[in-house]
Amino acid sequence: MIRRAILKAIAIPGHQIPFGAREMPLPYGWGTGGIQVTASILGPSDVLKVIDQGADDTTNAVSIRRFFARTAGVATTTRTAEATVIQTRHRIPERPLREDQILVFQVPMPEPLFRLEPRLAETRRLHALADYSLAQVKLYEDIAQQGESASSYNHPVLVNGRYLMSPSPIPGFDNPKLDRNPALLLFGAGREKKIYAVPPYTPVKSLDFDDHPFAPMRAPHPCALCGSTAHYLDEIVTDDRGGRMFVCSDTDACADAAAGAPR
Amino acid sequence: MYVAVKGGEAAIEAAHAWLAAARRGDPAVPELGLAQIEQQLSLAVDRVMAEGSCHDRGLAALAIKQARGDLIEAAFLLRAYRTTLTRFAAAEPLETGRMRVLRRISATYKDLPGGQVLGPTFDYTHRLLDFALAAEGAPPPPPAPEAEASGAPMPRVSEILAEEGLMRREAPGEAAPPPDLTREPLRFPAPRALRLQALARGDEGFLLGLGYSTQRGYGNAHPFVAELRLGEAEVVLHPPELGFPISIGEVTVTECQMVNQFAGAGDAPPQFTRGYGLALGHCERKAMAMALVDRALLARELGEEVAAPAQDEEFVLLHADNVEATGFVEHLKLPHHVDFQSELEKLRSIRARFEAERAAPRAEAAE
Repeated sequence: MIRRAILKAIAIPGHQIPFGAREMPLPYGWGTGGIQVTASILGPSDVLKVIDQGADDTTNAVSIRRFFARTAGVATTTRTAEATVIQTRHRIPERPLREDQILVFQVPMPEPLFRLEPRLAETRRLHALADYSLAQVKLYEDIAQQGESASSYNHPVLVNGRYLMSPSPIPGFDNPKLDRNPALLLFGAGREKKIYAVPPYTPVKSLDFDDHPFAPMRAPHPCALCGSTAHYLDEIVTDDRGGRMFVCSDTDACADAAAGAPR
Repeated sequence: MYVAVKGGEAAIEAAHAWLAAARRGDPAVPELGLAQIEQQLSLAVDRVMAEGSCHDRGLAALAIKQARGDLIEAAFLLRAYRTTLTRFAAAEPLETGRMRVLRRISATYKDLPGGQVLGPTFDYTHRLLDFALAAEGAPPPPPAPEAEASGAPMPRVSEILAEEGLMRREAPGEAAPPPDLTREPLRFPAPRALRLQALARGDEGFLLGLGYSTQRGYGNAHPFVAELRLGEAEVVLHPPELGFPISIGEVTVTECQMVNQFAGAGDAPPQFTRGYGLALGHCERKAMAMALVDRALLARELGEEVAAPAQDEEFVLLHADNVEATGFVEHLKLPHHVDFQSELEKLRSIRARFEAERAAPRAEAAE
């Protein structure tokens, strides 16, 4: 049932496919959609990596990785290069993905228009008509009022020139990585019971205007651990006097860079 | 200095060990047995069965024990178990009109065939803390006085009204097998069978609030309890290979039928309409609230104005499930620092522009 939904999703890039999501042993909102998608595509030779906020050692990533090691007996890794399936929440790894890799996103709200129109019956109609004026007007108002888009994460993207899609709550910094990515990108929303996909090399464009192109953002600092000026950074509060420290959110990429490994 | 947050695994193990100790509480106090929960916290067990959509008192009691009495957590445990079970058949519709009745009351008639049967109810108890219960080891209460069951049929009030033509007849059962909320995602507009499934497993508190709102003008309800009944209904299965129906046991259910006036529209004459509530176990508040909300959700089909929250199908059905709701509300506990970091940078950027424009108000606009 899930594989059929995935196939449909791949056939219609960016289009949300309803599926009969089940209760999982983890709560809704904690990656049940991603878990169901991952479980349905894992094979005996796969190597699984699970990240949350870019890191392998965040508690929910640890919990999900352990769940699959225990229930599926699958090999796990923290190294992006070694993984064949990567389940993620809120990030796309810094290391470019390959054709033999699948990235599974945990999605809280699959409907990109939900803040503008909460009714699913209505958003379905808008998608059918490719009527995305609500999102465009919102973006226009943001720019008119405050000079730039107000959305810093989960910025909507147009997939293959047709469907507006939520990229899940990844920072805008990661949006460009969606475009023509060699890996298969699968999105699972368990509570909302939707699956969607971006097949390899599909054009994905962040919603913007010609004269106000989409501008990904990153804290203007080098990583305090590896020195990278290209990776997305977490901001760490180090004292109560305004002290801050910036470190890579992608723990694997940070370790690679610190060790001087080629990226 | 910053130390990378390692050791999530050890922290999780330690948290689980602590949880197990907290669940047990003071080891000097005797451990709670499942039989005690099932027998003495029976309404909690019923609520967990109803919201967990799984009729098994023993498993519900186990879930309550495991969840430390958190009934939503217990319903979740039961759901996660239930979803692993094979679904082998759909039962015939329950004949609640023929249930073995433990309680049956009607607010619309002073007396009626089968009579009013109070049963084991809190109604008419005075809500004074009974400190005698605090003294443990008291002998069990004397048996309640019993009367011989009349054996007289207990026709449903809604049927009595329907025979007079005053009650709107429901549309005959839709396609068999009935739709299954647990197999297919909800789509809108949802047929009533699916709506009732969603309400039956919906959160009692959420439905209570919505039902209450319809009584206070948000949804224009004029409800009467035509009938509220609690009892054991036979579950009948019709295996195709047998060719005849067989009874596979009884389940305790609470059923509520509310009567509401309806002005009529188009071809439909003025008549009563029905709000229907049914829940596993003894869940009166739930069944009544469900009946109110079911009736409110009929607005679209009856051509009434849909204005109140309780009449809004998407709003009600997509927010009534407490396992979904608690998961999504509580997921805010998970780390969100990547998103928050992007919000920080965004706000700093917008603020910088704001400050610059304030400093030079006549500067040429960006556009």
